[in-house]
Amino acid sequence: MDAILIERLTKTYQPMWPWERPVTVLADVSLSISRGEIFGFLGHNGAGKTTTMKILLGLLRATSGRVELLGSLAGNVASRSQVGYLPESPYFYDYLTAEEFLCFYGKLAGLAREVIQRRTAELLERVGLTESRHRQLRKFSKGMLQRIGLAQALIHDPELVILDEPMSGLDPIGRKEVRDIILSLRDHGKTVFFSTHIISDVEMLCDRVGILARGKVLALGRIEELVKEHAIQSVEVVCDGVVGAELPDVQSLATRIVQRGERCLVILSGQGHLEQVLAILRQAGGRLVSVIPHKNSLEDIFLERTNRKV
Amino acid sequence: MRAILVVAGNTYRETIRDKILYNLVLFAILLIGTSVLLGTLTIGEQSRIVNDLGLAAINLVAVIIAIFVGIGLVTKEMERRTIYTILARPITRVQFILGKYLGLGFIIVVNIAIMFAMFLATVWLSGNAIHRSLFQAVELILVETLLVMAIALFFSTFSSPILSATMTLGLYVIGHLTSDLKAIADKSQSQLTEVVLTTVYYVCPNLEFMNVKGQAASGVLVEAVYQMTATAYGLLYAGLILTGACLIFQRRDF
Repeated sequence: MDAILIERLTKTYQPMWPWERPVTVLADVSLSISRGEIFGFLGHNGAGKTTTMKILLGLLRATSGRVELLGSLAGNVASRSQVGYLPESPYFYDYLTAEEFLCFYGKLAGLAREVIQRRTAELLERVGLTESRHRQLRKFSKGMLQRIGLAQALIHDPELVILDEPMSGLDPIGRKEVRDIILSLRDHGKTVFFSTHIISDVEMLCDRVGILARGKVLALGRIEELVKEHAIQSVEVVCDGVVGAELPDVQSLATRIVQRGERCLVILSGQGHLEQVLAILRQAGGRLVSVIPHKNSLEDIFLERTNRKV
Repeated sequence: MRAILVVAGNTYRETIRDKILYNLVLFAILLIGTSVLLGTLTIGEQSRIVNDLGLAAINLVAVIIAIFVGIGLVTKEMERRTIYTILARPITRVQFILGKYLGLGFIIVVNIAIMFAMFLATVWLSGNAIHRSLFQAVELILVETLLVMAIALFFSTFSSPILSATMTLGLYVIGHLTSDLKAIADKSQSQLTEVVLTTVYYVCPNLEFMNVKGQAASGVLVEAVYQMTATAYGLLYAGLILTGACLIFQRRDF
């Protein structure tokens, strides 16, 4: 059984007035996320990431399509009992202290008092807020709010955790802490579905990734597969003691030559002519400094896909 | 029921921490000030005026809280987006609305109870008799306030706070004038006016039905049947309005 199953999901907002056009924010989105997986949902602002998450949680109604959470239809109360959710830029009840806040969400999840007390202490420790447990949330910084928000999503030890831009507004240390929490969730067999527009987060954390733009899934799969599938390799050869522009054979094989004093950088469009170029450079008396093959990164694919299709 | 009580408990805590009970200080000053100022009047008049003013003040403060806190119950949650994490839990939207209503309802009950106790103390200290009619009046004030609160909550499920407050206040005023509207309709020469005013009479809540303050201030008891009918009417009407609020809220996208 998948943790999340989305089939042909469409969300269209009907206009208030007849002369206005309907706005489709999700068009025929299909994807599935296996249990125990970390899935990254990548897309620009307004791509439809938050809308998808809200439909999963029953906050929005789908226009058409089928959405399941842990085997139950989304929107059912039962489907949310094993789900933790952290919205984007969360605002919480600022009159509550951190401890009261987690206690409230524990009660909403139907946990027993002793369990709430134990989990609250554990999670406050885990997100580094034990010392601020008696402080009201209105006195928290943005990073602290993000961390307490993450703690509320985990209070009932859910099977599936849905995080909307969990790293936004965090400093580098805060981001690392959130990344560590996400990785430890995977170690405990939990499923994490998170959205972001920061590609490095996805590369560091995710088993699989989906790229969304203008409500459509443009790419879906394991990062290595996506990178391989769309790989346009280039090779950079750095060599001292030669002037590349004076070597006509190198000029004809290279896509670009950059000369800085004694040092020459030759960029090739692939590995096909690498040996030939190296031989010419050696013959001309060049001293090889480095050969660096470049594969397309997820960022290249993201930019290429979103710019081409949008 | 558990989920409703959790939401209600949190609503209660929120309202208390918003320092809503500070109104009681204002109420106490008003009451004590009034009794001191009226101390020079003759005994019979003083008793009636203290009763009249006391009940009116309780009614006014309770209705103000019901409207201005009531309209924020749902809209504030939506504006601050706190509603996302609540509704993402295993809780239905109906439970959420009922929890919110129950939480503020409890605040209203506590508030009216404290104000009434302060009022009775003032009556007693000024040497006047405490009539049973005062209890009848305050019970119907509570019912009316619960109904007004349901109306405020209903409007706040689909409109902005300012619009909700305006519509609730409008309905509150009309609710106290429905008998007059019926009288005007009966005497009207225009059929359109008659139809419109009669419809308003039947659709809008008759809040004047729950107003026995005038009699109570003079120590005149209302009949038990009237008291029960007015109570049942107010609570049923509130139930109906709450059902409407739940139906609208269930269809909303967040």
